[in-house]
Amino acid sequence: MIQVKKLVKRFGLKTILRGLDFSVAQGEFVALLGPNGAGKTTFLRILASLSRPSLGEVRIAGHRLPHDAAQVRAKLGVVSHMPLLYPDLTAEENLQFYARMYGIDGMDARITEVLDLVGLERRRKDLVRAFSRGMQQRLAIGRAVIHNPEVMLFDEPYTGLDQDASEMLDEVLRSVAAKGRTVVMTSHDLVRAEELATRFDILSRGVITASAARADLKQTNLLSFYKQSLES
Amino acid sequence: MNKSTPSLWKATFAIVRKDLAAEFRSFELVSAMLVFSLLVIIIFNFALELDIKVREAANAGILWTTFAFAGTLGLNRSMSVEKDRGCMDGLLLAPVDRSAIYFGKALSNLAFMFIVEAIVIPMYSMLYNVNLFRIDLLVVILLGSIGYAAVGTLLAAMSVQTRMREVLLPILLFPVAIPVLLAAVKCSSGLLAGDPFSDILTPFNLLLVYDIIFIAIAFMTFDFVVEE
Repeated sequence: MIQVKKLVKRFGLKTILRGLDFSVAQGEFVALLGPNGAGKTTFLRILASLSRPSLGEVRIAGHRLPHDAAQVRAKLGVVSHMPLLYPDLTAEENLQFYARMYGIDGMDARITEVLDLVGLERRRKDLVRAFSRGMQQRLAIGRAVIHNPEVMLFDEPYTGLDQDASEMLDEVLRSVAAKGRTVVMTSHDLVRAEELATRFDILSRGVITASAARADLKQTNLLSFYKQSLES
Repeated sequence: MNKSTPSLWKATFAIVRKDLAAEFRSFELVSAMLVFSLLVIIIFNFALELDIKVREAANAGILWTTFAFAGTLGLNRSMSVEKDRGCMDGLLLAPVDRSAIYFGKALSNLAFMFIVEAIVIPMYSMLYNVNLFRIDLLVVILLGSIGYAAVGTLLAAMSVQTRMREVLLPILLFPVAIPVLLAAVKCSSGLLAGDPFSDILTPFNLLLVYDIIFIAIAFMTFDFVVEE
């Protein structure tokens, strides 16, 4: 579903990604882990077609980036630590706006379905500015799945959430991933990543330094795998 | 659920509808533009109170200074709303031609300018004792506002990505918008002085041409401006 070969990203003289290779099969849930400044967000922004690669090849669902960016965007749902929602619109109006931008027919039925999925059906007429951070993040997931994307990208979705809100988000993430979607999530929360993902890739200094499937981690835990990968 | 890529105009009007809905709920942007505009015309009114001749000659200049300053305020705020909560990324992630984002934001900005102008023009007419309700003058105001919003939206999209956005937008915008503002002031002062339309044909044509040029340039370059 996602193939990345020898990806390089430079900002001026600074090289962030240094020949990164990465691939994800359909239905896989990959947790992309790594220290601050490793290039996780930059990498996700390239996958989301928000940033152009300096060198290398990126293919998503058979489409090349940046050439087929519009086709890729139609198949992508992106959730970052920012909700990408308008505070002066209600939950329903926010979803209506994004449904129009994705050209969705039968918008009302789909909005009800999505609000049910993220547990906000009863708050559909409330302004987003009145929502807690956790509710905004759940609605952000609703926004990202409104067009039923094949691939989901989550960039630090737990940032700023308290324990209860994080647990609620866990459930929403599980139900989103359970529909056979391909998911790539960056996170510093190793416990949550271990619970949700089927594969763990460590990104350090612009390259993937280690990768392990959940089954391979039976002998050890994710924290020691992560530490070993960074030390090596 | 069926989905199809929305056309340029459907996406454009979705953005305009969203901006108007958000603004009619908060009135943050229009109220700031309006208060600022009224303060400018009141200050000029006091400053030029004793000299009627200067006042008459300065009408067009004061009017366009007011529109330009208030417009800059609105342009800055309109793009900041998109940037502050990452909503610009939300727009860029939609599978639509990115020109739709430009046209949507430019039309919203134009609508906000028109709302402010619709209130400022009668106030100005009363305070300065001049009739601005003339169809030819209103056409000039329409064309001047289109040009200003067209170039302003492009530059606001550029400046909003910097840390100095509040300062940077006027620094970038005023020099670039000078042809539009000069042509609009020339046309307006000619019309207010009672000159025949043939006398203002040159600045009027310039205004039209600059509008077309600015819209075309913005249409061609917006994609590069918003891309990282």
